[in-house]
Amino acid sequence: MTTPNDIHALVGAYAVDALDDLERVAFERHLAGCDECQDEVTSLREAAGLLAETTSTQPPAALRDRVLADIATVRPLPPEAPTAAPAASAPHRRHGRGARLLAAAAAVVVLGAGATVVWQEPWQDSTSETPSVTDAVLTAADARSTSLDFPGGAKATVTHSDSLGEAVIVTEKMPPPPAGKVYQLWLDQPGEGMVSAGLMPVKADQTVLLKGDAATATGAGITVEPEGGSTSPTTEPIALFDFGDKA
Amino acid sequence: MDHLRPVSSGTPSDDGVPEPGSPADSPPDLADLLRRAGRADESAFAVLYDATSARVFGLALRVVRDPAQAEEVTQEAFLEIWRTAGRYDPDKGSPFAWILTITHRKAVDRVRSAEAATRRDTTYHQSNQPIDHDTTAEAVQVSLEAHRVRGALQTLTEVQREAIGLAYFGGYTHTEVATMLELPVGTAKTRIRDGLIRLRDALGVGS
Repeated sequence: MTTPNDIHALVGAYAVDALDDLERVAFERHLAGCDECQDEVTSLREAAGLLAETTSTQPPAALRDRVLADIATVRPLPPEAPTAAPAASAPHRRHGRGARLLAAAAAVVVLGAGATVVWQEPWQDSTSETPSVTDAVLTAADARSTSLDFPGGAKATVTHSDSLGEAVIVTEKMPPPPAGKVYQLWLDQPGEGMVSAGLMPVKADQTVLLKGDAATATGAGITVEPEGGSTSPTTEPIALFDFGDKA
Repeated sequence: MDHLRPVSSGTPSDDGVPEPGSPADSPPDLADLLRRAGRADESAFAVLYDATSARVFGLALRVVRDPAQAEEVTQEAFLEIWRTAGRYDPDKGSPFAWILTITHRKAVDRVRSAEAATRRDTTYHQSNQPIDHDTTAEAVQVSLEAHRVRGALQTLTEVQREAIGLAYFGGYTHTEVATMLELPVGTAKTRIRDGLIRLRDALGVGS
């Protein structure tokens, strides 16, 4: 499923949302650089959209009021910045927007879940916030790393140190999560299952410290979750990292 | 018995059913409405809602099946449409395709996360909302366009039609579709693609 031909063949399934999350991430990565697939997706979505003509159904009138009340409280996003924007300012602006979205979403989740879940504060740059801890983990004497390669060239490595009780994930060339989604990190804690270890900022290459006690965890995982994350995984993990036997 | 009146030829749906708020003679310019919505024009969005909500709600209902959840999906979809209206790009498809893509994604997310929750927790009980028949009894609307789409679907092979139906209306992945149709793994995605291409060409949309 990693050869370009196979990836290209997913275009129809992609157009009707019939890919699983991992395939979708891989395909969207391919799509970003494939004009032919972009055109095909556009035309197939036109065709698929017409299928909804056959199911057209008037919604209850009260729904209109709810929708219009909803939108009155939400500010529309500005148009995408032109891609020809100066290179120096574009990444900064993009990061800023992503961070705001995450911050708003995370706040909602914290309100809903209570104060027991520790969320990464996405408005702060975790890479500069905790350089010493991440460096310590990566260079610890008992550091152990597990790497996973994704179709499409992305790579994720989780390094954990039992003595420090911390784990760090380093990603390379990670495609952005699907629209409206985030990558969420998890630690597999004995007796508790997957416990949230924070959300990954939307950046292809990054180093993130996982929240939670890595010394007791038996593994780590990444899932694709709705914006703001979830209190427990709602999708199959796109990656699992086994920490191996505990001493 | 004695007065035979000429009837206009036997197509019962030749004027469709106009939707409330959208004059049958001049359909609103959806792209323009999206542009205005992107500038926070709530009245433009209301017109957009009236012109598209039957398609959005109907699709959501078909995928998630539960009317209460279909309303939630519709609400989520319109909120997303409002939020991102300023980013609608006419080069990337018609307003309807864009709106229904957002809707379909939300509906599929809904059925898949419900499924994941069921798998995760065997004691999970779906809170069965009583179905409000007053809100669901609305008949599926008949339109010329629906008639045309049904006709185009008949040009597909049975496997193509079934695969697209399971994927689009069922919200299943191509791998699940392959299993359900007893196709070799990897074949369903091809049937979905072939079928969509044939449908596209039969309807004369897209490229």
